[in-house]
Amino acid sequence: MSIIKFENVHFTYPGDQMESLCGVDLEIQAGSFVAVLGHNGSGKSTLAKHMNGILVPNEGRVLVKDIDSADESRLIELRRKVGMVFQNPDNQIVANVVEDDVAFAPENLGIEPKEIRRRVDEALKLVGMYELRRHAPHLLSGGQKQRVAIAGVIAMEPEIIVLDEPTAMLDPLGREEVISTVTRLCRDKGMTVVLITHHMDECVGADRLIVMSNGNIAADGKPAEVFADMELMEREGLTVPETTRLLYDLKQRGMDVPLTALDVDSCAREIVRQLRG
Amino acid sequence: MLKDITLGQFFPGDTIAHRLDPRTKLLMVTLYIVALFQAKGWVSYGILTVVTLSCMRVSHISLKNIFKGLKPMIFIISLTALLNIFYTDGTPIVPGWIITWEGIARAIQMVLRIVLLITGTFLLTYTTSPIALTDGLEILLGPLKKLKLPIHEMTIMMSMALRFIPTLIEETDKIMSAQKARGADFETGSLMDRARALLPVLVPLFVSAFRRADELAIAMESRCYHGGEGRTRMKQLTMAGRDYIALLFGMLLLAGMIYLKRLGI
Repeated sequence: MSIIKFENVHFTYPGDQMESLCGVDLEIQAGSFVAVLGHNGSGKSTLAKHMNGILVPNEGRVLVKDIDSADESRLIELRRKVGMVFQNPDNQIVANVVEDDVAFAPENLGIEPKEIRRRVDEALKLVGMYELRRHAPHLLSGGQKQRVAIAGVIAMEPEIIVLDEPTAMLDPLGREEVISTVTRLCRDKGMTVVLITHHMDECVGADRLIVMSNGNIAADGKPAEVFADMELMEREGLTVPETTRLLYDLKQRGMDVPLTALDVDSCAREIVRQLRG
Repeated sequence: MLKDITLGQFFPGDTIAHRLDPRTKLLMVTLYIVALFQAKGWVSYGILTVVTLSCMRVSHISLKNIFKGLKPMIFIISLTALLNIFYTDGTPIVPGWIITWEGIARAIQMVLRIVLLITGTFLLTYTTSPIALTDGLEILLGPLKKLKLPIHEMTIMMSMALRFIPTLIEETDKIMSAQKARGADFETGSLMDRARALLPVLVPLFVSAFRRADELAIAMESRCYHGGEGRTRMKQLTMAGRDYIALLFGMLLLAGMIYLKRLGI
């Protein structure tokens, strides 16, 4: 069942000559983990901002379940369904105490204080920040801040969580924290996750990988299949996982290996099999 | 160096003064200020001084902290004292002098009034976290919303400003380090030179503050923020028995001061 549907979406930023999205058609399945990859200016962030009505298409439409994102009377309902996490954790945390920040969204929705408390505690436990709930956010690490931001979105109990380059400002450790948290949300809680990123290694665990280029979808499929298309990846200026690179080079030199082995183990197995065979 | 700035001057603690509801404390300070302006004679000032000192005692705030806070006010306090000494009519201390006994008494009372006024408000900010203060303020001023005053907007602006102070201080530190690394000099030269050296720090700071504000607004809207209407709070403020006792005490103080004013002492 598709939960987000883009129908021929065109979008140009005011004052721009070039279209940022040129007729995107896209359906995202409920409960799936979708990664969107692309270099700067490919339109991947613009795509994300259409999912909760921050931007509205100039032409075409975006449907989340049955809500049209252009329908202003249902904007709050839409934003409650689609949680959004942004790049800079500092600029999305609103309170001086971790738990007060997580309570912000449910407070806006006018939920009973007791129920807010329950949601806040649950969300903080889910992202593993419950012990630090009374801390001041500015004293946390980047990865911790971003997890607080994710908890702040989960407390709305959305069905979809869209992350717009959540790891761009984090160190490797922080990136790992955020990606594993997000993966867990999808696998254990059945949330639909859309992860916008430019780190290819963050896409490996996704169900589906979409590559954006100049406002169009350049590739769409399972991560292993998309990475296997080396010509496309190189044309888009994207690096592929080192395993895929190795297999590709071997194939260029005449070795018959599949390009779909993403992790080190299966890659090694494929090579061994070829060498023996 | 910038990290040393204390925010809202709040001293965390667990005294009864810290545990009182912020609304109670705000109301008590208001009552206290009104009472202070009723004081006419030495008896009234004596009582108020004793009350203030015992409040400091209860909330574990030392005289040293109060003096630290009074320092920037020294100029205004001395000016008030001087004006009162020289411009009050009465019996001169030495025949022919402009300084009168009444003038000296008046000056002492005025200085006492200002010092007590500042001490009272310090007791509030020293024992109440800024967030509790804005929360209390929003509820107390709530009735004014009926007059279309943007109370919620004002208090949310206050709490956002408080939230971003540490972030912006950190950013200022970073920008200054970056400028220093490229040879900027913030420490030497005349006052004008140093003020001018700060300009290249302020410009990027403002630009980034605007960008932050923009992103913050989008993030808040994404979390369903749509003004104060229909908003609830996770942490409800509750008035306990001690709050009512404290308020009663505040009202008694005011009533007593009005009574003493009639007696003229």
